[in-house]
Amino acid sequence: MQALAQWLAATPASRGIAGALWLIPVLQAVHILAIAAVLSAVMLVDLRILQVAGRSQTMAETARRFVPWIWASLIVLAATGLLLIIGEPKRSLLNPAFQLKMLLLALAIAVTVAFQSSLRRNVASWRDGAPRGVMMSALAVLTFLLWCAIAVAGRWIAYLQVY
Amino acid sequence: MESITALLQSIERTGAATFIKESTWAFPMTESIHVIAIALVVGTIATVDLRLLGLASMRRAYGELSRDVLPWTWGAFALAALTGALMFVSQPVAYFANTAFRIKLLILLLAGINMLVFQLITHRGVAKWDRAATVPLPGMLAGALSLGFWIAVVFFGRRIGFTMSPV
Repeated sequence: MQALAQWLAATPASRGIAGALWLIPVLQAVHILAIAAVLSAVMLVDLRILQVAGRSQTMAETARRFVPWIWASLIVLAATGLLLIIGEPKRSLLNPAFQLKMLLLALAIAVTVAFQSSLRRNVASWRDGAPRGVMMSALAVLTFLLWCAIAVAGRWIAYLQVY
Repeated sequence: MESITALLQSIERTGAATFIKESTWAFPMTESIHVIAIALVVGTIATVDLRLLGLASMRRAYGELSRDVLPWTWGAFALAALTGALMFVSQPVAYFANTAFRIKLLILLLAGINMLVFQLITHRGVAKWDRAATVPLPGMLAGALSLGFWIAVVFFGRRIGFTMSPV
């Protein structure tokens, strides 16, 4: 990882990004806007599962409205995140907060994929008004907290510099 | 101006300010919650703005969608204001002098005015366009302005972090 960070830092792409003073703040702002879309989409889906918001909509309608935003935003997050890594490879790759963030992100993506396939396979049990049960409610809350933890780990990258 | 400086300096001497400034985790943790809160404000308000612009949630009535979503926006805004105030308190003199911080507050004020104009004037005729796919121009304008102001708030908010000198 150390070698990769050093090699990346020496590439012209890295020097270009790090050299343009305005670029890193702008990339971070776009990154945060995409986080806004993901966190809000996850929250509105989870609130629908908990039946405290969006009750006029079916579960399928809610998922159709918000889950595509999760995937689209993840693409923006990956693109801006990658450019931020190329710009400052040592700041991120060698950082325990960044490594934890990637681990939590993998888990969050797995949960989102599982949720989508459950929706497809069990249309009947996801039908409207059906009580979702303690397990499902707990999973909804945990999923939201997982995405929040990803955001927290992301912010801590700035404070846990190890190089 | 002198009295403002004196006030800011007295805030900086409070126990809360000293704690946030000296603790290793208090500021990063407050900032993390601030980011999450702002993300939820921007994302939830965007669902309403996009409905006004005719770009999303078109099968839901405007009124029903906004009654459903906006309470969460306000909850998140309260959290963002609280965590923002805690961050401000840790370095009030420096924040007050920071250009990005001033611009951000100004844009927040504009977002508030836009919301008030929409609620007090445009919203009066809501019955006529509540379920319509096309919202009248003042409503679309309010949605576009809101979206623009909040995106700008995020940009200038992040800019503060790059223009404040570290403690």
